[in-house]
Amino acid sequence: MKKDIRICGFGGQGVILSGFIIGKAACVFHTFNAVQSQSYGPEARGGAARSEVIVSDEKIGYPRPTGVDVYVAIAQEAFNTYQDDLREDAIIIIDPDLVPNHDIGRPIYKVQVQKIAEDLGNKIVTNIAMIGAISGIYDLIPKEAMLNAVVDSVPKRFTDLNIKAFERGYEAGKNAKPE
Amino acid sequence: MKYERDPERIRRVLGNKIQFIQGDMAVAYGGLLAGVSFFGGYPITPASEVAEGMARLLPRCGGCFIQMEDEIASIAAVIGAAWGGAKAMTATSGPGFSLMMENYGYAVMTETPCVIANVQRTGPSTGQPTLGAQGDMMQVRWGSHGDMEAIALAPSTVQESLDMTIQSFNLSEKYRHPVCLMTDGEVGHLREKVVIPDEDEMEIFDRVTATADRETFLPFAESPTNGSKVPDFPTFGTGYRTYVTGLTHNEKGFPRTDKQPDHERLVMRIITKITDDREEMMDVEEIALEDADIAFVTYGASARPAESAVALAREKGLKVGMLRLKLVWPFPRDLITELSKKVNTIIVPEMNLGQIYHVIKEFAVDDCDIICAPKIGGEMHLPLELLEIVEGC
Repeated sequence: MKKDIRICGFGGQGVILSGFIIGKAACVFHTFNAVQSQSYGPEARGGAARSEVIVSDEKIGYPRPTGVDVYVAIAQEAFNTYQDDLREDAIIIIDPDLVPNHDIGRPIYKVQVQKIAEDLGNKIVTNIAMIGAISGIYDLIPKEAMLNAVVDSVPKRFTDLNIKAFERGYEAGKNAKPE
Repeated sequence: MKYERDPERIRRVLGNKIQFIQGDMAVAYGGLLAGVSFFGGYPITPASEVAEGMARLLPRCGGCFIQMEDEIASIAAVIGAAWGGAKAMTATSGPGFSLMMENYGYAVMTETPCVIANVQRTGPSTGQPTLGAQGDMMQVRWGSHGDMEAIALAPSTVQESLDMTIQSFNLSEKYRHPVCLMTDGEVGHLREKVVIPDEDEMEIFDRVTATADRETFLPFAESPTNGSKVPDFPTFGTGYRTYVTGLTHNEKGFPRTDKQPDHERLVMRIITKITDDREEMMDVEEIALEDADIAFVTYGASARPAESAVALAREKGLKVGMLRLKLVWPFPRDLITELSKKVNTIIVPEMNLGQIYHVIKEFAVDDCDIICAPKIGGEMHLPLELLEIVEGC
């Protein structure tokens, strides 16, 4: 098993952290191997940013994706920019509020993760809600490992908020159907 | 302030035994585990995270971190700290490494143990700061003037970045030589799992310090302790009168610059103290070479796509293997000669226009084809690109 995951957004949305959390879940809190790499522009905020994680139960040689199995986007520009090498059966997950123009003639899971974060009172946990959604849609890594990695990676004073964001994202992901 | 390596304190500072961290941070971890007590550096992409990690963690382990005004000052401070008894290191990338060349030679000539982590990027000049390359594999060997030998390692993974930093310190302490950890922007910025070794899972070698009579001790002569070509180290402040110079010197350390035999004796000792142990030091990984007709010979980040290409080629029934040089210098010349007698073709992928390729050419037998497989521009080879080269053989 080897899965290439790409999470993209704009700088400041926490997409690098999202990749980091998934990689950590895979290899620190579960038994898989993982490699995470990233690319972003010189801007600290804004500009398309992407984080890529390879998860495998074997040794990982080439450390960059050679295609994409799971494509996650939380910004329109990034969604448009990074979809060239999607595999035919790729799982595509977006927030339809952040990626309004997403008709590429393929089934897409749509989860309003920013709305979940806003309902919890802080837009900053949008990325964590999305990690929950990914976990709910695709059970590659056990949910418990994902949640442990979230808790291990966020500031202690925001632990509860992040757990809530993850759980609501997870439920929304479980209920989402590709359309 | 006297630093004493405290294994428990270091592990407390580093945290969990299993972590998911960047290669650069793993270099900092490796240095701390080896007992580094001084880091002098100047930030440069893609090596800045090594200094960042050291700035945060080294003081908590009881050591000293200084951001110097540039790379020349950084290596100079590291050399001074080493003479004060510290295990000292710096980290830099291409342009900074170029600036360090003069004092790198000074460390060689004065037999100063220290470690330079070079998170390589490309050039000429400032090139592509945020991207990886293997731009300095020859500079580390020949970049400083004069006749010298180099000790250089090249990690391919984040775990190796940690392990090989410890290994770099051990070699530097053993041979009293500046050792270069030639990582790169690709491995330096990847995050992977690392397992922090327990104390009984790692080896630490400390330099042999001078214990001989202070009146008769010769700081640049063979060791009176063990007869080795590596002199015992007279740490400053321990009462040994020691003169340290980059000029050709006698066994007392005083300049003797006008006699051919004096120079030859000194330079041959500081070279052969390393090359005598070429076989013992050798560190390679062999993958699927038993029945191979074609072999990749590579190192560092380039070994990652090459290993994937070996797997792809094997699926197609092609007899392809790989020799990965973990220690690039001193160069495993006999091993390359033997390999070139066994296989028909050696392919050398590098993230430069061909550097170690030339050394392989030098030591391979004539009837083995040596193919240069360069890739520049800040990207690794794709496994399929390497497979195409195999299929074209």
